[in-house]
Amino acid sequence: MKEIANWVLDICSARGVQYAEARIVDERQRALATKNGKIGGASDAESLGIGIRVLANGAWGFAATEDLTRAGVETAARLALEIAHASAKVKQEDVRLAPEKAYQDDWSSPCRIDPFSISIEQNLDLLMKIDSELRGVEGVTLAETNLNFRRYEQWFYNTDGSDIHQLRHTTGVGYAAYSFEGSEIQKRSYPNSFGGQWQDRGYELVEELKLVENARRIGEEAVALHKADQCPEGRFDIVLDSSQLGLQIHESVGHPIELDRVLGMEANFAGTSFLTVDKLRNLKYGSDIVNVVADATEAHGPGLGTFKYDDEGVPGQCTPIISDGQFTGYLSSRETAHTIGENRSNGSMRAEGWNRTPMIRMTNISILPGPKPLTLEQLIASTDHGIFYQTNRSWSIDDKRYNFQFGTEIGWEIKGGKLTRMLKNPSYSGITTEFWNSMDAICSRDQWTLWGTPNCGKGQPQQVMGTGHGAAPARFRGVKVGTAYKGAE
Amino acid sequence: MLAREKTFEIFNRVCKHSKADETEMITSGAKSSLTRFANNTITQNVSEENYVISVRVNFGGRTARATTNKFDDDSLQRVVESASALARVQDSDPDLLPIPDRSAFDPAGPIVARTYFETSKVGPVERAEGVAQMVDVAKKHNLTAAGTYATSESVEAIVNSKGLNAYHSQTSAEASITMIAGDSSGWQKANFPDVRDLDPAALAEVAARKAKDSAHPKELPPGKYTVILEPAAVLDLIGFMFWDWGGQAILDERSFLNNRIGERIFGENINITDDVYHPLQTGCPFDGEGVRRKRISLVENGVVQRLVFARGTAAKIAKSDYADKIGPVEATGHGFPIPNEIGEMPSNIVVASPDGKSKTVDQMISSAERAILVTRLWYIREVDPYEKILTGMTRDGTFLVENGRIQHGLLNFRFNQSLIHLLNNVVEMSQPVRSTGEESFDMVVPAMMVNDFNFTEVTKF
Repeated sequence: MKEIANWVLDICSARGVQYAEARIVDERQRALATKNGKIGGASDAESLGIGIRVLANGAWGFAATEDLTRAGVETAARLALEIAHASAKVKQEDVRLAPEKAYQDDWSSPCRIDPFSISIEQNLDLLMKIDSELRGVEGVTLAETNLNFRRYEQWFYNTDGSDIHQLRHTTGVGYAAYSFEGSEIQKRSYPNSFGGQWQDRGYELVEELKLVENARRIGEEAVALHKADQCPEGRFDIVLDSSQLGLQIHESVGHPIELDRVLGMEANFAGTSFLTVDKLRNLKYGSDIVNVVADATEAHGPGLGTFKYDDEGVPGQCTPIISDGQFTGYLSSRETAHTIGENRSNGSMRAEGWNRTPMIRMTNISILPGPKPLTLEQLIASTDHGIFYQTNRSWSIDDKRYNFQFGTEIGWEIKGGKLTRMLKNPSYSGITTEFWNSMDAICSRDQWTLWGTPNCGKGQPQQVMGTGHGAAPARFRGVKVGTAYKGAE
Repeated sequence: MLAREKTFEIFNRVCKHSKADETEMITSGAKSSLTRFANNTITQNVSEENYVISVRVNFGGRTARATTNKFDDDSLQRVVESASALARVQDSDPDLLPIPDRSAFDPAGPIVARTYFETSKVGPVERAEGVAQMVDVAKKHNLTAAGTYATSESVEAIVNSKGLNAYHSQTSAEASITMIAGDSSGWQKANFPDVRDLDPAALAEVAARKAKDSAHPKELPPGKYTVILEPAAVLDLIGFMFWDWGGQAILDERSFLNNRIGERIFGENINITDDVYHPLQTGCPFDGEGVRRKRISLVENGVVQRLVFARGTAAKIAKSDYADKIGPVEATGHGFPIPNEIGEMPSNIVVASPDGKSKTVDQMISSAERAILVTRLWYIREVDPYEKILTGMTRDGTFLVENGRIQHGLLNFRFNQSLIHLLNNVVEMSQPVRSTGEESFDMVVPAMMVNDFNFTEVTKF
């Protein structure tokens, strides 16, 4: 691979570029799915190619090819240079890159059991067992299961002298039960929506999730929702389960802290951010107990945002984003770091694959658990009247990340410190900073889960990225509830 | 560009490795380039050429698929072996049909010619010039521009061991622009197969006008309002219902059309067809099995008339309780590549008023006592799958119209709106145009004036 990269770097160096990098990616994926007792999907995919990014004449060019012959790679390198020179025709100022050291390293994500070593029969047998449990519940009209594995191997070289090899395995697994009755379609998912739980680990994740053991309960809840009361409308104290809080972090913290958005670079598609640079260390983002980090390091756990180096060769780091409620940090890149007075990127540049240019993406954006022991049961017990939300069903937020509305698959009324009646179609909405400032309790480390969001879309052409979000159940006071169904007739 | 002959050559080599009863190969890929700009500067400029082949094997009711972007013999052997390994261990599915023969795609059928040399020859310099046109407009109006200028030349082909072969190529040129003022913005986007139809400067002027006219937006309380939805807003909303429009969605009981087919569920002025052959449409005239797409009338005068079906779905429906309850059942050429969980959907939507009567957006504004003009919607998600309630935000140009004139810009709204009710409350439509948004696929749709659109919250900008 180094020989291939050298073809690129030699051409670029000879043309006097400010910077160039070559990323070669060899990717393999397997997707298995069932639907109502039959195979819903069975597919393998592999992809190999090179992406070349160059900074010349103060502007960027990127070209990608699957042709790894010397002629193919050199043609792509020349195209990247040609594109960079064309880019320079429309610029206000030259791109400035924060300096970074050269690294020679080799890293793999933790993977105890290679998921591709598990037989297809064993995988299908597991999915069919789950399917059978789900459809064993009277009233379940549709049962879907899925298993996904990915092996992502990357060789990175740049003109700074870096030579970095990284290998990541990703596993995702989950299922959903649907029930259609009268004029309602209800759904329950396990362990989360979006295809379940996803982490950068091996098959050991599948073995830990008690998938079959929970299937009947999930089916029963899907059916029971038809007879549940509609979620009321008004202002309530609410408790979010950890997966819903993970998505709340993703949408109302993770995206607004992307510095490219803040600087207007995503204005045409993904939007901008209310977190203009003057707010850094000048905004009370949340209450005093809100502490959020952007942590790509292995110590944070095997999240979809865990790596040793980002896709422009900067080591993964842990950046405090919200500290005791104060806004303290962005996700940055070598190009953008100087705009917030930093002389180094915090390592947040990621690309979907060899054929996409890296851009600022979430790593693991996680809320830290509370320091004192607090279980979900204790949190509920300390809540007089409220609503407990489980498992995301819908999500939407404006293009500056102020106004959001979320719905979950199921809710439960909390009365006198106990979960009482089931509620269907629960939703809540609010303004980002008002919401985070209303948080008054969060459970402790033993209740904390590092969730994976496998489907975060951003960029043009759009790139889909996996991000990690650690969260524990938390309580928010006086939140607007039930607006989604208000006047929707 | 991967030529038709090359796909045959690859398929012949694939077949040498395949021991399956039947073998199918889908080829797809593109040479695509996109120049992205923000703050009046090109910030990202990319180009790629990548083609993949996807091989499906059938072993007596067992099927699976494997994909690669490498066409050497070792890679082709590996992809066939991967698909075969995934298929062989399955239980046989009695509902899985044999692959279609060559009659499924009659080459003498309607032709769609959507490849233009003028588009395929656009390079980075020409794209930069297109961006420069848009940035120049921004500078003229003291605005900041962000957007894209993109071109592509793509191919889709399917060949199988029963002699079916179908091949489609097309070009695309697209420009999207957001103009940003101090506290407002405006947006426009368009694409065409022929780059000569694309006018970036004209798009930029409209976006600039919207940004300037919506400066210093005022707050209006949430509630039900008459809205004038520009075509991009219309397609981004209605696109959410077509995932429910296939026979498999009915069998799965996950469609809002379950128990509603044949009923008048929309207003009498709603007519929707799926027509890949429409002169303003783009796309491929065959589906994921190579079956030729048919023109299907989905809604006539508000009544849901027909669904679309993949071959396998049509066969299952014909044996089910739905056989005589959901209109004509036949393979319509709308299936996804097999195996899949969704089945099929219509993706070449054309919406037009039944009698050809129309009003331009300007005429709708002139006729409105009070309405809200919506340029674009954002982050639309489904809240309720059966009542088809959607939530989302307005964005990049929301205006109060009173006494037949645009009065001023408005702070953006969140909506929670049933699509069924929306399509019962359409009071005016423009002539349909080829339109593109960000939340759904491209369509040929009109602007719509809609009563009682349900805004539930207001955001801070």
